[in-house]
Amino acid sequence: MFELIGVPPQALFGQVLLGLINGSFYAILSLGLAVIFGLLNVINFAHGAQYMMGAFVAWMGLNYLGLNYWAALLLAPLVVGAVGIAMERLLLKRIVHVDHLYGLLLTFGLALIIQGLFRNQYGSSGLPYQIPPELRGGQNLGFMFLPYYRGWVVVASLVVCVATWFMIEKTKLGAYLRAATENPTLTQAFGINVPLLVTLTYGFGVALAAFAGVLAAPIYSVNPNMGADLIIVVFAVVVIGGMGSIMGAIVTGFSLGLVEGLTKVFYPEASATVIFIIMVLVLLVKPAGLFGRPA
Amino acid sequence: MATTEVLRVPAVVAGAAPLLKVRGLEAWYGESHVLHGIDFDVAPGEVVTLLGRNGAGKTTTLKSIMGVIGKRTGSAIFEGKETIALPSRAIARLGIGYVPEERGIYSSLSVEENLMLPPRIRDGGLGVEQIFQLFPNLKERLRSQGTKLSGGEQQMLAIGRILRTGAHFLLLDEPTEGLAPVIIDQIGATIRKLKQEGYTIILVEQNFRFAATVADRHYVVEQGKVIDMIPNAELDRNIDKLHSYLGV
Repeated sequence: MFELIGVPPQALFGQVLLGLINGSFYAILSLGLAVIFGLLNVINFAHGAQYMMGAFVAWMGLNYLGLNYWAALLLAPLVVGAVGIAMERLLLKRIVHVDHLYGLLLTFGLALIIQGLFRNQYGSSGLPYQIPPELRGGQNLGFMFLPYYRGWVVVASLVVCVATWFMIEKTKLGAYLRAATENPTLTQAFGINVPLLVTLTYGFGVALAAFAGVLAAPIYSVNPNMGADLIIVVFAVVVIGGMGSIMGAIVTGFSLGLVEGLTKVFYPEASATVIFIIMVLVLLVKPAGLFGRPA
Repeated sequence: MATTEVLRVPAVVAGAAPLLKVRGLEAWYGESHVLHGIDFDVAPGEVVTLLGRNGAGKTTTLKSIMGVIGKRTGSAIFEGKETIALPSRAIARLGIGYVPEERGIYSSLSVEENLMLPPRIRDGGLGVEQIFQLFPNLKERLRSQGTKLSGGEQQMLAIGRILRTGAHFLLLDEPTEGLAPVIIDQIGATIRKLKQEGYTIILVEQNFRFAATVADRHYVVEQGKVIDMIPNAELDRNIDKLHSYLGV
């Protein structure tokens, strides 16, 4: 077998694929965080818990109601998004006029409560969720083996990210969102219902997290801690991309997943910290993030 | 300083039911009490200015009418409907268009997106081509970022996007501030044209010489109250008084 930069291609491309998979989750989750932070100015620490809830709704749908993966992919974001809307209306709305820190603390507390409830009910050892029959197996590409499900995760994530970017950057609704993000008072004075936009945006951001949770369920075990493990990395991705930057969240999410994967090949000891090292460097050189605008 | 007990209303307006009737309007920025009981009327089709020194409460009066200030009390009746408890989005949908002092052009939106942003709230708004006839510069800059426009072009964009909505009552906050004389002339011509077409306008202005070219009446605001009303036709006779009000 030939080698690339001293590494067997199976290992290299395997890690590239793994990096892309992780990058897919980073991208969708950081996109949701960016959308929420942009309009609500809330650092949504509950995002990891909402991602976990998406996976659990899929698991519960399958085990309690017999709903398959494809139905869960549609329903879980709706259900968890509705929970998010209730959280925004009942809790976050009350702290919209105070410092960001309060939103972070509130959502951090909510994340702990949600994870605690699920851990209490389902334990923390993890629950299995099968890959849907249509996506089992894979294809030997010669230089690597591509599992269909993992390919699907990358493609579905890309489609969702690009569709979200298009909606925000190229549609009238997106113009409302960008305007309300920049100057909510004036936008409201034009007759646009900004509080409703805020609520729906939070619901949408949460639904993105839940969508990622359903995608993740067959890859990782469905576990109350699955979001908590991921959310710190996702926050680093958001900081590197630029808080509130949509394109930053998408590009940085996929790129850092790849960087992490390649680090596993070339210097595995640094793979768990490479994203944080990049975050420190970016904060030193460009504090607003690679795609962010200076305040 | 002279203070009129009862505001004089000119004959041309006296018979008309006011389109906007403001009574006892008070407003606060946090703990700071800024308006202390503003009273004035605006008749349909009038152009009325609010004149006064910096910090007198002119901009706050517009913000209070539009509902974009934290706390306000009193009464602002528009077309017979009390608006004081309404959110600004509901006030806008009654047909009131607001152009803020800083123009409010969104940097994250293109000129075209800025222009098309406010929803149409009633029939009768100008079409995009009509807006381009009023402000030809905008047509050439549609793809530009909104805040890349010159100050004058931004003012045109801020006025143009309100005219699209069908709002027929306009609140213009210092539309000539910081603009070159040639642009001020263009803004003045636009306001006179809008008046001819039946728009009702409240104009906040520091520049009373400009205000005199477009307005029917001038309300003088001082320390959060309206202290005088001068019909434009009587401006020359009252020029010394106005100078003393404005500290010119």
